[in-house]
Amino acid sequence: MIEFKLNGRDAQGNQGETILDAARREGIDIPTLCHNEILGSDGRCRLCMVEVQKGNRRRTVASCLYQIEKGMEVFTETPDIHAIRRALLELFLARNPASDVVRHLAERYGVKESRYGKDNDKGKCVLCSQCVRTCETIVGVTALGLSGKGPAKKVATPFDEPSEACIGCGACAAICPTGHIYMEDKKGIRTIWKKQFDLAKCPVCGRYHAPVMQLEFISEKSGTPLDELLTCQDCR
Amino acid sequence: MITSQEQLQSVASEYKKKTAAFDAVIKICCGTGCVSSGALSVYEGLTAGLRGEGLADKVLVKKTGCHGLCERGPIVVFGQDEILYQSVGKRNIDADVASLIATVKEKKVAEQLLYKGEEKGKRYVSPYEIPFYSGQTRVVLSLNGALDPENIEEYIAEGGYGSLHKALHMSPTEIIDSIEKSGLRGRGGGGFLTGYKWRSCRQAQGNPKYVLANGDEGDPGAFMDRSLMEGNPHAILEGMAIGAFAIGSGQGYIYVRDEYPLAVHRLSLAIEKAREYGFLGKNIMGTGFDYDIDIFRGGGAFVCGESTALISSIEGKAGEPRSKYTHTVDKGLWDKPTNLNNVETWANVPHIIDKGWEWFQSTGSPRSKGTKVFSLVGKVKNTGLIEVPMGITLKEIIYDLGGGIQGDKKFKAVQTGGPSGGCIPEVYLDMPVDFDSLTKLGSMMGSGGMIVMDERSCMVDVARYFLNFLVQESCGKCTPCREGVRRMHEIVDRICRGDGCRGDVEHLEELGKAIQLSSLCGLGQSAPNPVLSTIRFFKEEYIAHIEEKRCPAGICKDLIKMQILPDLCTGCMRCAGECPVGCIEGEKKGVHVIDQSRCTKCGACYDACRFGAVKIE
Repeated sequence: MIEFKLNGRDAQGNQGETILDAARREGIDIPTLCHNEILGSDGRCRLCMVEVQKGNRRRTVASCLYQIEKGMEVFTETPDIHAIRRALLELFLARNPASDVVRHLAERYGVKESRYGKDNDKGKCVLCSQCVRTCETIVGVTALGLSGKGPAKKVATPFDEPSEACIGCGACAAICPTGHIYMEDKKGIRTIWKKQFDLAKCPVCGRYHAPVMQLEFISEKSGTPLDELLTCQDCR
Repeated sequence: MITSQEQLQSVASEYKKKTAAFDAVIKICCGTGCVSSGALSVYEGLTAGLRGEGLADKVLVKKTGCHGLCERGPIVVFGQDEILYQSVGKRNIDADVASLIATVKEKKVAEQLLYKGEEKGKRYVSPYEIPFYSGQTRVVLSLNGALDPENIEEYIAEGGYGSLHKALHMSPTEIIDSIEKSGLRGRGGGGFLTGYKWRSCRQAQGNPKYVLANGDEGDPGAFMDRSLMEGNPHAILEGMAIGAFAIGSGQGYIYVRDEYPLAVHRLSLAIEKAREYGFLGKNIMGTGFDYDIDIFRGGGAFVCGESTALISSIEGKAGEPRSKYTHTVDKGLWDKPTNLNNVETWANVPHIIDKGWEWFQSTGSPRSKGTKVFSLVGKVKNTGLIEVPMGITLKEIIYDLGGGIQGDKKFKAVQTGGPSGGCIPEVYLDMPVDFDSLTKLGSMMGSGGMIVMDERSCMVDVARYFLNFLVQESCGKCTPCREGVRRMHEIVDRICRGDGCRGDVEHLEELGKAIQLSSLCGLGQSAPNPVLSTIRFFKEEYIAHIEEKRCPAGICKDLIKMQILPDLCTGCMRCAGECPVGCIEGEKKGVHVIDQSRCTKCGACYDACRFGAVKIE
């Protein structure tokens, strides 16, 4: 066990654990938009910044990536940390005016309005990259990526064209913390990332249940015959 | 393969014998600056002329790397720096080439091609006498401008690869001790102790280990790394091989941006030759040590100069930085221990091994040892590449070496450390230039860019310029840098357009601080510097823009108006001739008038008028 101090109180954690995980277990609230317990962290949103003191050296670090160390002191509610959170949330409010998630988070930290001009081309995307990471590491197809740089950075399929790799599984839409990714199932067709997928119709109950391409992908990976997968789970 | 000191010396003496057989040596600077002023035509003209005179076998004409005095290029130097000609072929190439040949044949010095200083009538023959050169201490650049960088024998003749041989017969710990004791700090800008970094990487767990060179340079107006890679590529390779041996690495990469094709070409050639001679590859100099270097051509994103982004880029991923809570010396390229140094840092290494750490330690200031290469640009008379001991003052650099401000205008500020450095005002001109002093002033050493600005620079506009660069070059990975810097740019742009409001300065300070504290990498952490340092030293200019809607320097177009004062106008017509849009009307010897509806406020009339009759309001 590693012993350290959290906001002046004694705290404990495991070797290799991040400040964010340890603090949350201790019941301390640290906001984030890009962290996910399964996917881990990439350090993008910077909302989880905290101050760390080791000896005489004090600095701000991203709690989602910084691992706890014996004897360190962590502060999650200093004036600098509050200033950082408010500044970032104000920036997010201007970037994603349509996002309820961003608005609620901002309100919780006392930011009601943004002094900046509102973007109208970014939708609800906060560039947390959870969709990209899910597609790559969980689904294993890498149909999505982050393209461009600076303010023009965005999540996209290669060249913004319907991706050959995409199997229409919708995992990206499911993981998206703000509901930015558009997916629609209508009349046996799923539309996502400008691509259309035929949905498999269960031969037993007649319900559309998953894209045929996704079932083919699963069949190939798992060795389960496709015929078996085409029947929905309830009727199998 | 060369395996001993004796063999190195025999290559050196044979090459020296070969060159001593020539009647004369002429070195033409073929650095990027001189090439763009026509150095290649001078080279071709001269070699053709010498052939015509039957002197082709008697005179050795070399194309060298950057000589430094870019302002007066093309530069041609005779012999061991006995005569320096400047601006050769700029006005009349045939006459100048004839003068070069006359200098060889009749030992006649061509007065008109000599460097002319501030003192009237004084012309300098040898570069050693010119203040621009005599004020310098050239270590890393000592062979730039002397060597043909495409000829490895020239480098060996000057003692090249002797340090590698020496190092290979030292123990790795001895080498690291020397580098540590020398006090060498990273020349890429971070200023981290090089020896300490090497030691950490040597001690790190994991194999293989990588030793890399950062030759990605993207700062506007900076060309230190470029000149070094183009002018003396072997020094970098030798330094890297020594470092690799000390650290225990078998493979390295030099990361060069693809916009530097000449650097890529010369480094490739140098690597090939070094392998041929046994300085790279398997069993280096017969000692059993294996190390090889490949070039990685970067796509030219500014952020890829940042160590972790550079590593991602070599790995074939997008050039995004990673958090440095795990050091790259422990987990760098492909998660293996990695030691990355700037090309200038590497080029210092052979000198330290050769002359000893005591020698290196004896120059510089208490906590910044050795010399530093700067590219001195902007409104200074002698723009170019300089190498000076750390601790020299800004004033010495700008006035002694740089020759002062162009057109004898008033100095206003010097911007150091690249786009995310800071602007330093006149009161601090006596400050010693080293890592810590510059940081104290809210600026930084950076990789060594230095942009001098005169009274005709609006500091708010300067901040806007650098912010715009940083908005374009932010990788966009983290929120404060991606969203925050563009918002800072929006605010500063608004102030320049006359739409600033009360509270903007405080807002910029507050946002700037949040960006500094929360950004992921050095780019974002330093991106607010151009704004914060100009607010710190030139706040009154921000206030004038915001509250009085006035640009004191007369630069921000929305806030100024050009006018001709009838009392002072002599009707010389110079301003009308310079006006690019032809909006100035008036007869000769009659008062001129500016048509305000067409005026683009470029300031050409102001700069052209010799009577102070053009007023910027």
